[in-house]
Amino acid sequence: MAETTLAHIGRTEPRPAGWQGIAADWSSDQRAFKNVSWGKAMMWIFLLSDTFIFGCFLLSYMTARISTRVPWPNPSEVFALRIGGSDIPLILIAIMTFVLISSSGTMAMAVNFGYRRDRRKTAVLMLLTAALGATFVGMQAFEWTKLITEGVRPWGNPWGAAQFGASFFMITGFHGTHVTIGVIFLIIVARKVWRGDYDVGRPGFFTSRRGRYENVEIMGLYWHFVDLVWVFIFAFFYLW
Amino acid sequence: MAEATANGLGQHALDSARTHDATTTGFTPAEVHQEHPIKLYLVVWAWLFILSTCSYLVDYFGLHGYLRWSLILIFMILKAGLIVAIFMHMAWERLALTYAIILPPVLVLVFVTMMVFEADYTLLTRMAFFGAGP
Repeated sequence: MAETTLAHIGRTEPRPAGWQGIAADWSSDQRAFKNVSWGKAMMWIFLLSDTFIFGCFLLSYMTARISTRVPWPNPSEVFALRIGGSDIPLILIAIMTFVLISSSGTMAMAVNFGYRRDRRKTAVLMLLTAALGATFVGMQAFEWTKLITEGVRPWGNPWGAAQFGASFFMITGFHGTHVTIGVIFLIIVARKVWRGDYDVGRPGFFTSRRGRYENVEIMGLYWHFVDLVWVFIFAFFYLW
Repeated sequence: MAEATANGLGQHALDSARTHDATTTGFTPAEVHQEHPIKLYLVVWAWLFILSTCSYLVDYFGLHGYLRWSLILIFMILKAGLIVAIFMHMAWERLALTYAIILPPVLVLVFVTMMVFEADYTLLTRMAFFGAGP
């Protein structure tokens, strides 16, 4: 395995676990992440940087909300939908949450079937994930349209603090962009799985590198992250 | 560029070498592929549904004050933990990776604390100069 810098020496003794393991893995002149490929490690590090981006968005939202003298619009009422003659609070957001969680579930199963070399199930589950993601984006577009027609703008709204619109469009817009990019890449990876690219090691169209079924898992990491960010947005922006 | 060329070629050898409990026993020569029963994912999925419903009900029943905020935070942390640990397989990674990824976001809490003080100060000056509210 030229892939793992340690392995070609032929070392097989068990590595220490726990705190000693951390010190041993991070010690000098070696690869810190022992049993994850670079692709996976780099996706994790990208997600870490993305965490900071969303963290800063939520932080600026918190700062705006604390520092304003004007009352913050009540999200429970702002995002209520009128169904069957009565206002149900936050119902659209709740449905969006369930849709995104379901897409995470199908993605986790796609990764599992990918490692079992079940091409058909993997591709179908990934396309299902993409469909759920597209549904989510569609519902978000509906929500944006509803709020914009009600007069919400980045510089003001009919119900209270002017910063509400800016925070809302910035945070949900950036998250929606992430979901959209995820849907596009899900379709690309699903096509590769369906065609059997990862079985025959066909070079990719962009990097010309041979893909592996691990790419499904790396794709999954990104997708779960999108779901993860929504958990925080749901808690801090919609419920707080 | 030994890494680039070995990617596809070594794949089958990697797969035949993998073991289920490789991460728990310690060092493994190749990357470890996560394989767990589908049931695990279904159980986590169900829990995420339950927790989401709970956090929605917090709003539906209109709970207020510290009860509301603490419930929201508890459900949020449980959901995030399940997603990261099980769906993203962090529970089976070596601690070197886990800490490298989990610890930095936790430190954002320092930034949060700073901005809480800053925002409180801004509010104070606004009230001092513009009055308590429009």
